[in-house]
Amino acid sequence: MNYRFQFGVVWDNFPLLLEGALLTFQLGCFAFAGGALIGLVCATLKTYAPWPLRVLVDCYVVFITNTPALIQIYFLYFGLPELGFRWSNEACLLIGLTLNAGAYLTLILRAGFLSVRVSEIEAGQTLGMSLIQQVRYIIVPHIAKSIYPAVANFFIVILVMGTSVGALIGVDELTGQAINLSAVNYRWLEYLTVVAGMYVVLTFIASIGLALLGRWAFRVKARIF
Amino acid sequence: MERILEQAPRFFSGQNLTLLLEAAGLTLAMTLAGCLIGFGFAFVLVYLRQTPGLWGLPLRWICILYVEVFRRIPFIVVIYLVLFFIQTVTPDASLFTIAVIAICLYAVAYTADIIRGGIESVPVTQIEAAQAMNLSRLQTNLRIVLPQAWPVIVPPSIAFAVSFIKDTALVSQVGVFELTFRGKELNNQGYSGILVFGTIALCYFLLSFPLSMLGQHLEKRLGTPRGERRSRKIRHT
Amino acid sequence: MAHLAVSDVRAKYGTLEVLKGVTFSIGKGEIATLVGPSGSGKSTVLRALMGLTPVTGGTVEIAGERMNYSSAREVRAARDRMAIVFQQYNLFQNMTVMQNLTLAPLKIKKWDKQQVNSEARRLLGLVGLSDKADAYSDQLSGGQQQRVALARALALKPQILLLDEVTSALDPELVNEVLDAIRKLADEGMTMVIVSHEMAFVREIADKVVFMDAGQIVEAGTPKEILDTPKTERARDFFSKILRH
Repeated sequence: MNYRFQFGVVWDNFPLLLEGALLTFQLGCFAFAGGALIGLVCATLKTYAPWPLRVLVDCYVVFITNTPALIQIYFLYFGLPELGFRWSNEACLLIGLTLNAGAYLTLILRAGFLSVRVSEIEAGQTLGMSLIQQVRYIIVPHIAKSIYPAVANFFIVILVMGTSVGALIGVDELTGQAINLSAVNYRWLEYLTVVAGMYVVLTFIASIGLALLGRWAFRVKARIF
Repeated sequence: MERILEQAPRFFSGQNLTLLLEAAGLTLAMTLAGCLIGFGFAFVLVYLRQTPGLWGLPLRWICILYVEVFRRIPFIVVIYLVLFFIQTVTPDASLFTIAVIAICLYAVAYTADIIRGGIESVPVTQIEAAQAMNLSRLQTNLRIVLPQAWPVIVPPSIAFAVSFIKDTALVSQVGVFELTFRGKELNNQGYSGILVFGTIALCYFLLSFPLSMLGQHLEKRLGTPRGERRSRKIRHT
Repeated sequence: MAHLAVSDVRAKYGTLEVLKGVTFSIGKGEIATLVGPSGSGKSTVLRALMGLTPVTGGTVEIAGERMNYSSAREVRAARDRMAIVFQQYNLFQNMTVMQNLTLAPLKIKKWDKQQVNSEARRLLGLVGLSDKADAYSDQLSGGQQQRVALARALALKPQILLLDEVTSALDPELVNEVLDAIRKLADEGMTMVIVSHEMAFVREIADKVVFMDAGQIVEAGTPKEILDTPKTERARDFFSKILRH
């Protein structure tokens, strides 16, 4: 193999890659936040709502989790304009990712709801706690603790696998930026290697942040590795 | 809406449906090949990661690093890296091969963690008993540890492979004729995006849903304690 | 001539020295029991002999052959001559009783298959479990599992058998079936090193009692000497506590 790596051009455009990384991070955070909201609503409906709503939630979760995020986003990007909705690339990506994340987070939260033991609630009742106190001091901490590792892991999944789909519909997040720049001067391997490294660094920062947050807020020992 | 209804008969022609069926087959084939090969390599990785002693230290670190790093790089970046790397080495490698290699690299990282978890679920005392009988490390792994770790390893590995069917959609980007690629092609031919991608989504659903049900069934079955499972079999015979 | 001579054996867990030079010996067909408070290193002596806890010094002589555990080969040689029964039985969960008994003789010792099988059946008869040859360990009671573990160790035809608190994990009513099996072995002249808390059993079966504390041997002698008239304060203290109930 007589390929000669030339990283010079990559460093020249490094600020552009950093911009991409920032967008990746923002997209990841927004999609996650929106997904968490959907997940909370859906998991609550799934637990307490009458059966038609529960079935509806089931359909949403099963259909989203069994089809690719890319196809969901293509559907929004190529399909919805036919119905008169014309959204920007970023909007399509963000809405698609949020709906996608919502389904997975519904599953995670639902598992958390199911993990609350009756004995713990009874213990709270015998201590004379009000319903709000039970929720505040027993149920929420318990759920938070039991689902935190899965949620933290899912944030990384969104940040990496989720946002990078944007590259395929022309969003200039980190992967998209790398592809745009490589197409100019064909330094694909160099750009992609550097970008891969940037993803590793970005997610490590996120992992450490999440581990610290978990320890501080929920006394969870989340693993960084 | 009228456009969809008007296009539908033409879209669901025998020719297009055969095309989609072939594409679905390709999606499945490449996922299966990549995950199976990856699963095999993952065992090697986990075995190397157990290498004892000081000289095994760099080896252990490489194995840990591999798993950690690959889980943090988007699949699409891996696909492109494999594509351009392989093409500079051997320009005539088929796109299917490239896709399988990319899937395989990814599958190794994910299933290695699953396998390690399964192996760690086997009590250390089982390994000590084997060591006390002079079984070698390989013999201990093959005869004692793996048979016991198997029920813990198989269900999540299947779940991973099934969920990876969806992620292979990204391979369309390098021109493998799988489902997503055909979808974009049909969309470019002027068919409605809703019609095309709705249909493609349904195709993925039909691949993914039954397989994930099967995986869950298997998990329940393998989850039952050994004694009960055996006694059930004995009653049948 | 000692059949097993342990001299100045040392072992470490990380930086903690858990055996600080242990020396004792027994003749062929004799039974030594190690007693002492928990954490005193009794079990570690057996684990060190099997090379499960790394030996950092000292030598072991078995039937005149010296080994010092300094290489993987030496450890294999030691394991080749001894067999151990664990407190938690540690039967291979994925194998039947018969497979548990025959695995090492067939695959490691490479003995003749027919002889191995007939010997395994004889041993199952000895421990009173002839009808359980095809059972899996989760279909057996604790006492049955421990008797299988005993048979599995014997199937290796060890020169010395090590028993590590083999009755401690058992329900009280299951203890005797295991002790009976050990008594049979004693009658057959098996050389054994036994770690046990069953003082009555120790008194009955042991030729030599070794009292340990804090990784060292405090005193050793006949059961009568050690159990009835211990010379050291530590031993007196220990036995007065456990023999009271």
